[in-house]
Amino acid sequence: MTGVFAAHPVPVPVLALGDVLLVTLQGELHDGAAGQLQHDVARRIASGPAPVGGVVIDISGVDIVDSFLGRVLAEIAASASLLATRTVLAGMRPAVAITLAELGLTLPGLVTALDVDAALSLLDRAPSPVPPAHPEEGA
Amino acid sequence: MVCRPVGHEAHRETMQVAEHDTAPRIAQDLTRFLETRREQIAQRWADAALFRAVFTVSRDEAVEACKAVVDALADVARTGRLEDVGAPGFGAVRDQLGRMSASRSRAGFAPSHIADEVAGLREPVAALLRAEYEEPAGERAHACLLALTVLMGTLRLVVMQTTVSAGEELIARQREQLLEVATPVIKLWEGIVAVPLIGTLDSARSQVVMENLLEAIVAERSQYAILDITGVPTVDSLVAQHLMKTVAAARLMGAECIVSGIRPAIAQTIVHLGIDLGSIITRAGLADALAYALNRQGIVVSPRPVAGASPR
Amino acid sequence: MHAPLVPTTRLPIGSDVDLGWVRQQVRQTAARLGFGLVQQTKLVTAASELARNTLVHGGGGHLEMTLLEDGAARGLRLSFVDAGPGIRDVELAMTDGYTSGGGLGLGLSGARRLVQEFTLESRPGQGTTVTLTDWVAGFPSARAGSP
Repeated sequence: MTGVFAAHPVPVPVLALGDVLLVTLQGELHDGAAGQLQHDVARRIASGPAPVGGVVIDISGVDIVDSFLGRVLAEIAASASLLATRTVLAGMRPAVAITLAELGLTLPGLVTALDVDAALSLLDRAPSPVPPAHPEEGA
Repeated sequence: MVCRPVGHEAHRETMQVAEHDTAPRIAQDLTRFLETRREQIAQRWADAALFRAVFTVSRDEAVEACKAVVDALADVARTGRLEDVGAPGFGAVRDQLGRMSASRSRAGFAPSHIADEVAGLREPVAALLRAEYEEPAGERAHACLLALTVLMGTLRLVVMQTTVSAGEELIARQREQLLEVATPVIKLWEGIVAVPLIGTLDSARSQVVMENLLEAIVAERSQYAILDITGVPTVDSLVAQHLMKTVAAARLMGAECIVSGIRPAIAQTIVHLGIDLGSIITRAGLADALAYALNRQGIVVSPRPVAGASPR
Repeated sequence: MHAPLVPTTRLPIGSDVDLGWVRQQVRQTAARLGFGLVQQTKLVTAASELARNTLVHGGGGHLEMTLLEDGAARGLRLSFVDAGPGIRDVELAMTDGYTSGGGLGLGLSGARRLVQEFTLESRPGQGTTVTLTDWVAGFPSARAGSP
């Protein structure tokens, strides 16, 4: 059963939807993968291959947000902001929202949206009905 | 002092020293009395409302029910545990006693009245018991009557126990039902949902409201949620806390909440209590909140041009 | 008064991978006991915090998970045990917003808010044990009421 938790964590996929980076988090996020993700996003924004106009982090597949994950999210938003790029957190589940509200957490610096489409609207990008032509994996 | 032989059993007559009638002997006397006078006691009880209200088929049915109680009392007396509400002897009739007290409750009688009805069962039995003794005012009779009083008092407690636990069960069931009534979340427009809050907003209820509202926000993909508190009688700092938690949770999901239904009295209370609603958007009425949400979505509501009014 | 129903399950907390295992086990156990989704989420979030504390601040340790039964009520007790340096100032550690690891201020006070019962035992140099207890809530979980 512990085989589910790989010794080498799978990198988090970072896709390009037009000029928006879409980060999709699913289930567990190990320390190593978290650090790698933060590095990848910052690198993509700073040096391409294509210009980045915004970042959307999709957490609709995440059932627990603890302080570690919260910090990761806040740091991604902070470093994107330093590079003049907005970050939107999309798809938080009700149970997670209730838990964070109970904790008094507000995730400052992070704009939130109901889902990826709403997030893209927030970034003034039309929701794309066609899958991106060149999906690029992180790292 | 001598006790007249009771029943068909050979009864050992002994001269007792008055002050030292032992408890076990008294309990034995009481047991024997209850066993042998079972029919007469039952007949005297069968017309009491406690029994007739439940055992309505015939008087015989009520008499049988009364006998069951007498048997239980005899069982308890046999063990000598006259003061013990937990005595096993009561086990056999707990259900029946429960039904009896429930029936009286439903008829609108308060627990104290039911207790009085049970107390009223004692005198007919006491009268029969006194008749057993040649010297009804004597020590032994007195001791036995005392034991009867104690035992009937315990019976009363047992009945009250069933009344209380039935009441608790009812309250628990009603509470569940109240919470189960799905708090209606209404879709007012594309992207706008509303929930009218009715009644006191305690933590259990506000939890249910919060969960329902957030599920609706996901289901309807609504960016705006209106919480109307017109039906909430008082807003104190606890209620404000619940509202703020709901608003915070909705925000984390990307939806904005508007609290409407702030009556002038409520507004005064909130200010007076120093409650800081933070950045929660508030409006006096539901219509105002709807107008706000529509406006935010860039929707303009205008009257249809009147037919035939256009100038030639 | 609350008697454990089955022998305690012991889960090691020695690495990052163990944190995920702890979360999964707590989630599964809570679900089996009948905890609603929101209660489960709160419980697993609190467990995640404390397990991480055990790992990061306690130098590693273990979780003891015990199923509880009290009449018809079902509950879960989680004890996070480490033999680390201990908490010097428990009161400070329990204040809102306090964090020593760069987190978002969740910490101990946050975890406490998510569960019904919370106890902490710690002495400098003698390790730390944090125990959470939660009982399955009485009322049924909310149903979406939208038309």
